[in-house]
Amino acid sequence: MRRTLLLIGTRKGLFLLESDGDRRAWKLRGPLCESWPVYHAVYDRSAGAIYAAGASEWHGSAVWRSGDLGETWALSSEGLAYDAEEARKVSKVSSLAVSDGRVLVGVEAPGIFESRDGGESWALLTTLAGQPGSETWDDPASQAPGHLGISAIMTDGDDASHFWTIVQGIGLFETSDAGTTWTPRNKGLRGDWPRPHEEVGFCIHRLVRSPSDPSRMYQQNHLGVHRSDDGGHSWFEITDGLPSDFGFAAAAHPHDRDTFYVIPLDPGHARCMPEGRAAVWRTRDGGESWHPLERGLPQHDAHLGVLRAAMTIDQHDVPGLYFGTSTGQVFASTDEGENWDEIASYLPPVWSVEVAALE
Amino acid sequence: MADLRLPMTLTPLFDDLPRRLELDAATVDEAIEKLEQRWPGLRDRLCEPGPVLRPHINVYVDQERATLDTPLKEHSHVDVIAAISGG
Repeated sequence: MRRTLLLIGTRKGLFLLESDGDRRAWKLRGPLCESWPVYHAVYDRSAGAIYAAGASEWHGSAVWRSGDLGETWALSSEGLAYDAEEARKVSKVSSLAVSDGRVLVGVEAPGIFESRDGGESWALLTTLAGQPGSETWDDPASQAPGHLGISAIMTDGDDASHFWTIVQGIGLFETSDAGTTWTPRNKGLRGDWPRPHEEVGFCIHRLVRSPSDPSRMYQQNHLGVHRSDDGGHSWFEITDGLPSDFGFAAAAHPHDRDTFYVIPLDPGHARCMPEGRAAVWRTRDGGESWHPLERGLPQHDAHLGVLRAAMTIDQHDVPGLYFGTSTGQVFASTDEGENWDEIASYLPPVWSVEVAALE
Repeated sequence: MADLRLPMTLTPLFDDLPRRLELDAATVDEAIEKLEQRWPGLRDRLCEPGPVLRPHINVYVDQERATLDTPLKEHSHVDVIAAISGG
């Protein structure tokens, strides 16, 4: 029976939650990576390796790697820096992706580095130079709070040269030539602020793609939830019916392109679930209607925040959903969100949750 | 031989790196380079491109705040400190 592994990136290290195939009993390990702040961690099934993007206040940024499911670790930042002559610096490593034997890491100031030797060394792949306004991305006055830079990289499992990236506060970009050239993919998004360039200037929090229909994408944006039916070439808003147009996390059902999950949050300073009631919201009709999923989640005085990379979904026939909070809880559902259990309670603030199936 | 003390956050990152060691070096930068040769990757944990010391890494030579260029004497005490920061 396949085991399930959750990779929990937190402000104080990586934690692993492991269960057998029924996903009921969970064993927690951590903190790992010497308790470095871990912004994101992924599992590379082909290599059997875990990678974790860590950024220490004292010792800088590096990518940690483990080839034995977290028992032992090594870290490297060899090549993970801009030229000394450049003003831009790598202040943190924010996002990871693995594809076809290569590891990609997104950094701030915005750029993507790649490793072709399993994370032992890195080389700059792109800074998306030449995109509209990119000359101002390194200006501290232009940077979004949190300073994530490249906040996400999403690969195409069928084409290693094809992937998408989000530049925080700027928008979504697509490459079909392994990062050499990029095209903005923000048409139809809402932007309620002045934007000097029509194609960019959007605040995309989370992008997901339907495994059952690659042309179907969803995103939780700073301003609304949006859907694309043409692989991100155009977007339309599907926020109506949700309690807030703001949120960070999102997940797409692995087997049904019309089922999608978000966690609406108070858009003000709180950035918590509204009214102290925890809920994941689900659409089963591509955003025509929305319904809260609350059973097992705290419904009183629960001021929970969930960040952009902190919800994920597995690939089971009846998929499991998982999210981690800014107050250190991890919740799991094994029935598509109908019922929830708290499977970890006292972790540091959770920044990312990923799931892997282990043979 | 300079007497070098390293922060507790550094030593778990490298096999057999001690908290305290002695080495011959003419400057702080040379001392770090000798550590780098023995423990590859260590320079990145203390320095940024430039190279300069990382913002929250403080080095003192004989109790005086130092930079990479600061010279070392034969019996200098070198303290590498992870600054009081974070929470």
